[in-house]
Amino acid sequence: MTAADIHAAILAAWRIEQPRLITSLSRMLRDVPLAEELTQDTLVAALEAWPSSGVPERPGAWLMATAKRRALDHLRRGKMLARKHGMLALDFEREQQAMPDFDASLDDDIGDEMLRLIFTACHPLLSRDAAAALALRMICGLTTEEIARAFLAPEATISQRIVRAKRTLSESGLTYETPRGEALAERLASVLEVVYLIFNEGYTASRGDDWMRPQLCQEALRLGRVLVGVAPREPEAFGLLALMELNASRAAARTDAQGEPILLLEQDRMRWDFVQIRRGLQALGRAQALGGEGGYYVLQAEIIACHARAGTADATDWSRIARLYGILSARVRSPIIELNRAVAVGMAEGPQAGLAIIEAIADEPALRNYHLLPGVRGDFLHKLGRHAEARAAFEMAAALAGNRRDRDLMQRRAREVP
Amino acid sequence: MRFMYIVTSPQPMQAPTPALMEAMGKITEREIKAGRMIDNGGLMPLREGARIAIANGKLSVTDGPFVEAKEVIGGYAIFELRDKAEALAMAKEFMQLHLDYMPGWEGICEMRAMIGHGTEMSGDEKAAILAEAIRA
Repeated sequence: MTAADIHAAILAAWRIEQPRLITSLSRMLRDVPLAEELTQDTLVAALEAWPSSGVPERPGAWLMATAKRRALDHLRRGKMLARKHGMLALDFEREQQAMPDFDASLDDDIGDEMLRLIFTACHPLLSRDAAAALALRMICGLTTEEIARAFLAPEATISQRIVRAKRTLSESGLTYETPRGEALAERLASVLEVVYLIFNEGYTASRGDDWMRPQLCQEALRLGRVLVGVAPREPEAFGLLALMELNASRAAARTDAQGEPILLLEQDRMRWDFVQIRRGLQALGRAQALGGEGGYYVLQAEIIACHARAGTADATDWSRIARLYGILSARVRSPIIELNRAVAVGMAEGPQAGLAIIEAIADEPALRNYHLLPGVRGDFLHKLGRHAEARAAFEMAAALAGNRRDRDLMQRRAREVP
Repeated sequence: MRFMYIVTSPQPMQAPTPALMEAMGKITEREIKAGRMIDNGGLMPLREGARIAIANGKLSVTDGPFVEAKEVIGGYAIFELRDKAEALAMAKEFMQLHLDYMPGWEGICEMRAMIGHGTEMSGDEKAAILAEAIRA
């Protein structure tokens, strides 16, 4: 085995055990940031010991024993400090006495600890970037280097981000909370935002990017699965999971042999992952059974589900999509959502109906430099036979396009107008 | 990357010991809560199933109780993991449990990466499979 092989094997063994390590330590220490630190220390210990001693037969047991030993050392130091300050060490004694039963009760509580971890990492007090890094670190076991590669940031930046995030949590006394009931529902929004951010970062990765970038979609999916596991009565958690599974299901069909993106309506649906679609639709069904119909993520998942259910582009239920965008638009005032609604209405009711919606949002400041506004208008005008106007619209879209590919597409559409 | 694990053992299939069941249950729970397990299943004994075989240009059906098999598939699991090293570590841990809690048991856990989930077959691999199919 080469040194690189050994390193990979150690990292893999640690990653397999990492969920149990961090949840155990979290419970022992009643401190999530500290648990994270000691989990990392345990990895360092293995990286130091195993190249010479070899990977143990039961690596998980070695890692857990090492982690617990460090935690106990920490608690003992705290106990000594407490004695020094004349405080009663009763709590620490009780903690130590509870140790023997610890393993048995943890297995029941691993869900509780996972819940704490994910809600701590995604605390609204932290910036979304910091929360994303912390979540990927604590729940997914990514290294700083992997997170840095995934977000195209320098490793030092990510490292600092994580250190600062942990400090913010410690200083605010937020090291071990258990959001429940209403508090959980409130805090859920932050968690969903962070997970969705991670997914989108991975989803927009281009071919030729570092492999860690599209891998972010898998990490986000994993976070989504953990989340529905610890918050099984939250419809929006299932909604987000459904949205991610359904979007990820098109991964193999999204780019051509040259790495150029293929529009959804032009994709080869035989390359869609039907197992993933089934899981996405199941999650969506669960969300609806929990009463989540009008939710932000549930609505988006419903829209994508319309595409997923259609065997061919022609079979798409555009009326339903238009209706769903209508509900979404009423909930979230967004000109981009209205633009998407215009496309759907155009497909369902004809270009005149679509154009009416476009005209209503023509002056929205948010869309001023968005090439798809004139692009979609051009499409409707072309279908209505208003050729000169259509050509002008496509040319405007080409001028606004942010990259060569979009510009080429708009210029081609301009040329194709009779 | 997605991996499937298929466990085979010699006939007759032994039921796992309670200790093994408990240990496997803990790993399963850990993996579900960690969001890494996608699917898993135990299979009913071969007696409840059947074998449909092709040999010497003929198709034959043998009902479960009459199948002569030296080894039988016991179950499968599917995980979403980072890479082959993780998949190996998982498999070794799983099999170590058998060693620890069901001494005397012998068997094989075959670990296979699933096509298309972070693993694309190379052009050469695709060509080789096609060539074999044509030859057969």
